[in-house]
Amino acid sequence: MKKLIELRNVTKAFGENVVLKGIDLEIYENEFVTLLGPSGCGKTTTLRIIGGFVDPSSGEVLLNEKNILDIPAHKRPTNTVFQRYALFPHLDVFENVAFGLRMHSNKANIKIQTEKLKEDYQIRIDHAQDSTTKKKLKLELNKEIELIKDPNIHLKLKIDKLKNKIKTLDKTNPEFETQKQKLQEQIKAIKNDFETPKVREKRLTDKVMKYLAMVNLQGYERRSVHKLSGGQQQRVAIARALINEPKVLLLDEPLAALDLKLRQEMQYELKEIQRNAGITFIYVTHDQEEALTMSDKIVVMNEGEIQQVGKPEDIYNEPINTFVAKFIGESNIIEGIMIDDYLVEFDGVKYPCVDYGFKRNEIVDIVLRPEDLDIVPQGTTPISGVVDSVAFKGVHYEIDVKTNTRIYTVHTTDYQPEGKKVSVSFEKEDLHVMEKW
Amino acid sequence: MKKHNNLLSGIFIFLVLLFVYAPIFSLVLFSFNANRSLTTWGGFSFEWYGELFRSREIMNAVVWTFIIAILATIISVIVGTFAAIGLSKNKKLFRNVVINLNNIPIVNPEIVTAIGLLLLFQSLKLQGGYGTMLLAHIAFCTPYVIITVYPKVKSLDPSLIEAAQDLGATPMRAIYYAVFPQIKVAIFAAAAIAFTMSFDDFVISYFTAGSTGTNISIYLYTLKRGIPPTINALSTIMILVVTIVVTLNFILTRKQYKEV
Amino acid sequence: MFHGPLQTSVREKRKVKVKPYTFLGIPYYVLLSSLIIIPLLLIIVYAVTIQEQGLYYKFTLIYFRQFFNEHEFVKVMADSIVLALMTTLICLFIGYPLAYFITKRKPITQAILVLLITAPMWVNMLIRTVAWKQIFDMINPRLLGTDFAIIVGMVYVFLPFMVLPIYTVLSKIDPLLYEASADLGGSNLKTFRKVTLPLSISGVLSGITMVLLPAATTMVIPRYLGQNRVLIGTLIERKFYDSGNWGYGAAIAIILSLIIMVMVLFTKKLDRNKEVERDEKA
Repeated sequence: MKKLIELRNVTKAFGENVVLKGIDLEIYENEFVTLLGPSGCGKTTTLRIIGGFVDPSSGEVLLNEKNILDIPAHKRPTNTVFQRYALFPHLDVFENVAFGLRMHSNKANIKIQTEKLKEDYQIRIDHAQDSTTKKKLKLELNKEIELIKDPNIHLKLKIDKLKNKIKTLDKTNPEFETQKQKLQEQIKAIKNDFETPKVREKRLTDKVMKYLAMVNLQGYERRSVHKLSGGQQQRVAIARALINEPKVLLLDEPLAALDLKLRQEMQYELKEIQRNAGITFIYVTHDQEEALTMSDKIVVMNEGEIQQVGKPEDIYNEPINTFVAKFIGESNIIEGIMIDDYLVEFDGVKYPCVDYGFKRNEIVDIVLRPEDLDIVPQGTTPISGVVDSVAFKGVHYEIDVKTNTRIYTVHTTDYQPEGKKVSVSFEKEDLHVMEKW
Repeated sequence: MKKHNNLLSGIFIFLVLLFVYAPIFSLVLFSFNANRSLTTWGGFSFEWYGELFRSREIMNAVVWTFIIAILATIISVIVGTFAAIGLSKNKKLFRNVVINLNNIPIVNPEIVTAIGLLLLFQSLKLQGGYGTMLLAHIAFCTPYVIITVYPKVKSLDPSLIEAAQDLGATPMRAIYYAVFPQIKVAIFAAAAIAFTMSFDDFVISYFTAGSTGTNISIYLYTLKRGIPPTINALSTIMILVVTIVVTLNFILTRKQYKEV
Repeated sequence: MFHGPLQTSVREKRKVKVKPYTFLGIPYYVLLSSLIIIPLLLIIVYAVTIQEQGLYYKFTLIYFRQFFNEHEFVKVMADSIVLALMTTLICLFIGYPLAYFITKRKPITQAILVLLITAPMWVNMLIRTVAWKQIFDMINPRLLGTDFAIIVGMVYVFLPFMVLPIYTVLSKIDPLLYEASADLGGSNLKTFRKVTLPLSISGVLSGITMVLLPAATTMVIPRYLGQNRVLIGTLIERKFYDSGNWGYGAAIAIILSLIIMVMVLFTKKLDRNKEVERDEKA
């Protein structure tokens, strides 16, 4: 996969407040990357730096190996879905979605293209050896500019040719009228292919309708945005961003204001859109379930630093430290000692495990996921205690078992009454050892 | 009890309105007076309206009052609106300092502002005239524009400008497409205030007009021989215009009072 | 990929990058400093310098001393302030009840009433003052020149400035507060005293400021309704236009400004209540 975006040692301080402490990040094409972390960890700032709304205090931001920090936000190939949608209140749904297309309107486009062309040609002209080559290049340049300003120019030349043909027709020829008519019809057909403002506007309208359909808002074109529900406004924001076919879509906690059911639906829809459109999504959220559901790659952040980068399964199963373990999924975190490779001790008992590479007798943190624990008859394992609380969570019961040393949170589908004496069991693969944080 | 209160308060309001409009009725009434007196009625006549339009002096003053007011309004609205937008993007300390400084000409007695400007123009050896008067009007109108527009700008969602830029609008186009439509109302209000302040101004104009400049207020103040009834005619026309404008505006914005 | 000199030049370039919107304020900053701040400084300069022997300027307090030494001038200042205070009080006694009664009406009636009260402001102040002169001429010409006439004129001109801020503040008081007060046992009078009045103080102070200052410094009303009576505004005008004694005029202006600044600061100190605003749904 091609590397699309790279952040190198990016830091950001707002006055005294250091928000990013040195971020190194690589994002690949067509990836769905989530920046995940608690409020204030710097994830939104990182997103805004990529989008161009904030300049880093130091470090580099590269797009396709080129530094983009000097490129202002409105020129970057990114589009943003803002947290509070930022829909233009004075425009209806259609015009909101069409906004980006109208910004890149014909006139503006012509200007941009002409300038770029002039730049490119200028380099070639400067490199030219003699004046005849220079002249030739300048003529070429003017021709290209003319073409840009009037894309119909070739068609117009064709029409002129046909018109001349009509003039040179032999009037005495009995076939004269039919020949003339044929040529005139040809001219008409060519005119139909002309690029006119009407044609362009139709193209724009078709595109807007296509993207509205993509987010299931067909028929809403002329509605006022403030009359829409949160979910609908969200979808307008998404369509408005996507229609510009950006290389990268930046999403800043876009689903935060929606209720649970709607959020889950939108998560699915967003993932579908990302897969179908083949765009890189960079998504910011503090909701770890959301991140696990949608992402190809999760970047866990805290206090301005990246804690861990990896696939959802890897981050869940092998959190690198206590912060990640606590932030993603639920965990029981136990301090222990790594006696040796594949052997760890806590609460006075040694357990075989599957982790290695730590120093002998290093103090470590151990993670046991509640869903990996089982409640078994008392005495079956060294971990014995009493059922302290039982909560029904729908999918499972959340049962706290209190031992001499700690409380274990267990997720199980079997009900256990409070006060019952039990033991807690797990497999050695469920023990996950991390460096002390 | 409530009805009783309503009646009393109604009477009070009526009396106050009477007080407010008595001079205005008098003005209008005597503009149609056939004789020159402002105190005794001599019959109905349009004579003074004719006099009004024939008087080159008054017409000149009226025209110049309009010219200055329109120019001052346009310039101060542009300068003030841009300043309000620029200010909202600045650091807090700078913003507060500027806002406080901006309040000075509003709080200062007009006469102090007036002589300050007079001293300035004199020190620069600028001839007093319509140019200096225009500068002075711009100077005292712009702060009013800012205090009208700035609160509205401040209350806008900042992510709208970002969204516009994100979608490809250059910073200036972003202001045009994302900010202006939302502050249109405030800008109109600011223009109305600026126009009124300039049109009505006396003290500052008086001090900065030099020997050549004049407007309606200056003309009135410098009348040697007392107030002619042509002034009543002028006033009546002004009152008529104001009434029409205000009524139109009210009719156009009537619906906002229906929903409560 | 970028190392060494290119990297530093990128960083330098970034430092120079200015936020695009700071330029917008520049015309105003120029205006602010040249047409607002500098004139004020000039007033101070003129007030404290005097030209000695035609050429060189010296710091002096002579104008200030002159002012305080001439009894007439101090009297003029005192008179102006007294008249302004009386005007302000009368405006308050008429304006506050007026604003209050207006808020009790239907919204559309309120809008019409407010319009009626403020519409005359759009008519030139001189013209309105002249209209009163005409009325006095009709009713009782001997009243012209008295304090009474001056006060009537000033109240007439400045009443809307008192009514508007009070009305604005009163109309923004959350009506739920009245219900809460009634619920807790407050009679109409008590509610007014304990709820309405304190919450409207900021509007009252606003109104006082907007009336007191211009009333103290007006030139127009004393001229037409006071038979060319000399009040502080006229005094400053005289010094500038008639005697060309700008230093003196400037000094008077400064004394006036200082007095007014003190009054404004005083009223600002009194305004500690934050407004309670009705929840307005967009």
